[in-house]
Amino acid sequence: MSVNNETSLVERLAARFGDMLTVKVERNEVTAEVAPRDLIAVATALRDEAGFRFTVYIDTCGVDYLSYGQTEWDTDTAHGESFSRGVEGEAIGRFTWADRPRNVEQPRRFTAVIHLLSIELNQRIRVRVFCEDDAFPVVPSVTSIWPGADWFEREAFDLYGIIFEGHPDLRRILTDYGFVGHPFRKDFPLIGNVEVRYDPEQKRVVYEPVSIEPRVLVPRTIRNDADLDQARAEAADRWREN
Amino acid sequence: MEEIRNYTMNFGPQHPAAHGVLRLVLEMDGETIVRADPHVGLLHRGTEKLAESKPFNQSIGYMDRLDYVSMMCNEHAYVRAIEGLLGIEAPVRAQYIRTMFDEITRILNHLMWVGSNALDLGAMAVFLYAFREREELMDVYEAVSGARMHATYYRPGGVYRDLPEQMSKYRESPWHKGGDLKRLNAWREGSMLDYLTEFTNDFPKRVDEYELLLTNNRIWKQRTVGIGVVDPEKAQAWGMTGAMLRGSGIAWDLRKKQPYAAYDKMDFDIPVGVNGDCYDRYLVRVEEMRQANRIIRQCVDWLKANPGAVMVQNYKVAPPSRVEMKNDMEALIHHFKLFTEGYGVPAGETYAAVEAPKGEFGCYLVSDGANKPFRVHLRAPGFAHLSSMDAFVRGHMLADVVAMIGTYDLVFGEVDR
Repeated sequence: MSVNNETSLVERLAARFGDMLTVKVERNEVTAEVAPRDLIAVATALRDEAGFRFTVYIDTCGVDYLSYGQTEWDTDTAHGESFSRGVEGEAIGRFTWADRPRNVEQPRRFTAVIHLLSIELNQRIRVRVFCEDDAFPVVPSVTSIWPGADWFEREAFDLYGIIFEGHPDLRRILTDYGFVGHPFRKDFPLIGNVEVRYDPEQKRVVYEPVSIEPRVLVPRTIRNDADLDQARAEAADRWREN
Repeated sequence: MEEIRNYTMNFGPQHPAAHGVLRLVLEMDGETIVRADPHVGLLHRGTEKLAESKPFNQSIGYMDRLDYVSMMCNEHAYVRAIEGLLGIEAPVRAQYIRTMFDEITRILNHLMWVGSNALDLGAMAVFLYAFREREELMDVYEAVSGARMHATYYRPGGVYRDLPEQMSKYRESPWHKGGDLKRLNAWREGSMLDYLTEFTNDFPKRVDEYELLLTNNRIWKQRTVGIGVVDPEKAQAWGMTGAMLRGSGIAWDLRKKQPYAAYDKMDFDIPVGVNGDCYDRYLVRVEEMRQANRIIRQCVDWLKANPGAVMVQNYKVAPPSRVEMKNDMEALIHHFKLFTEGYGVPAGETYAAVEAPKGEFGCYLVSDGANKPFRVHLRAPGFAHLSSMDAFVRGHMLADVVAMIGTYDLVFGEVDR
C-alpha cells in the first residue's frame, strides 16, 4: 500500500478522526484516547479502513488510577521518624477491607486499554477509554467488532468492575464462583477478604474472614533525584578512572 | 415419541486431557457439541496484583510461573517492558543469550506439546521420546540458573550471569554407573555451549523420530486432519497469534516482523500451514522445532566466538560485583539501595511483546515513577485462544474437543494468571 508509506499512523489518525482522538506517541508506541461514546465508530474504522487495518485484536485490560503517583516514603526531605514512615504506609498491600482508602479524590479512575495489531501494515495502536463515572464505570463493548474481545472484557469486568455495554455474556471469569468485589481495584486489599479451609467438624469447606496480617517489605517510593540521569552522567564522566 | 433433549457434561477440572485445571461445560446433542463454555480461573493467583506490591525485579520469578512450560519467554516480555521504560538496552552478548534461551524454551514447549497432545489422542510413545530431549534441555536451564524450570534468569539490563564454563556432569550412583554413566556424560566434558553444539547436531534426527511416529500415522491423521479448521480472518478477529495464526496460512512472526533481541541477525524460516486444521498446526510446530534448533546453533557459534559483558554497567539497575563492593563505598551503597528499595522506573506506559512458543506474549506496564509497577498486565496467548473454543468446537464430536484443547497448546498458568 503505497499511500500508507507516505504518511505516519499519527498523521492518518489525525486526518481521519480529528478531535475525536487525542493521540500521543511515546517510544514509538501510539496511544489514542477516545471518549466512550465514540469508541464503536472509531474501532470499526480502525479495523476496516485502509491505512489502519487493525484486524488482530490483541488485548483489553482495566487500569485503576486511584493512588497513582502516591508514595509512602518521602524522599524529598530528611525526617526524624525515619523507618516508621515505611512501616505505617497505606499503599496497596497494607490495608484490610475495613481500613481501605475511601473517598479519595481521583478524577476519572477507571480506564479500559485496548491493544490492536495490524498484520497487513505491521503497526500497533493502544486505544484508551476513560470511564466517565467512577461509581458506575461503563464502556461500550467491542465484541461486535472483534469477537476476541469477549473474554478480555469479562476479565476487566471481573477484576475492575468495568461494565462493557453490549457485551453478550458479562460474567466473572477469573475469580471464584460467588466472589464478592473486584480484586484488582486499588482499594481492594492484597490479602483479600476471605480465606478458605476444610472444617473436619462440619465436613465441608468453609469460608472465614481473612486472618493474615497485611505486610509489605519494601515501601513504595518515587525518587525525583533522577537516578537514571545520574547513572548516565556517571557513565559518561567515567569518574571511576579519574 | 419420547422427547430427546440435550444434556450437559462437565469436562474437568480434573481430567487428564484438560491440560491442567480447565473446567469445560459442554452442552451435547448425542456426541455432538452444541455449546462449549470453558470455565477458567481455577489457577488464578493474582500475579498482576502481586507484582504491583513488589519492586520490579522481585516479580521476574512470577513470570516463570505463568506459562510454566515456556518460562524464559515470559521473563523476556517482562524485562523488555521494563527496559523499554528505563531506556536501557542489554549488551549484545546478553541479547544472544536471550535469543538462544528463547529458542531452547520453544523446543521445550513444543516437545511438551507434541508429547501430551499425542498422548491425549492415543499415541503413548511420543511422550516418552519427547521427555528424553526435554530432560537434556532442562539440564541447560539448570546449568545456567540453578533451576530446572523456574529459572528467573533474565534481568532488566541483561541476564543474571554468564554461561557456565563447565557443563554439569552426572556423578556415579547405584543408578548411574559404568557404561550408562559414560553415555550420560558423553556430551558434558566441555562447556555448556559445547554441550549445546552436540545437542543441535543430534536434535534433527530426534525430530525425525517424532515425525516417524506421527506425521504419516493413519490414526493421527484421522484425529487431526480437518478438525478445528480456523480460517485466517476469524483467527485474527479472535486475537490468535503464534502457531494458531500461522497454521491458517498467515506468515506472521514477531521474530521476523518486529524483531527483538538478536533475531534480526538470525537466519531462519517461518513455517505456515495451508488448511488451518489441527494437523497443519502440528506440522507448523514440528517445523518450528527444527528452525529453533537452527537458531540455537547460530547463537552457540556466535557466543563461543564473542565473550563480553552480559549485564549493563549501570549500578542503578544492575548490582555491582562482589569484589567491587569490598573496595568501593559507592558500589556498596548502590548494592544496598538496589536490594532494599529497588530502582525507580520513569513514569509512562509501554507494551512489550515476544513471540512466545504459544503466540504473542505481551506485557503492558504502567509506571508512575515508583520502585514498584503501578499496573502490570500480561497478555497471554492461551487466554485469547481458549476464548474462541466455543466458536470452533460447535458441531464437532466430543473426542475432537480433546484434539482442540491440544491444538490450542493451553497452559493454565498463563490463562488464569
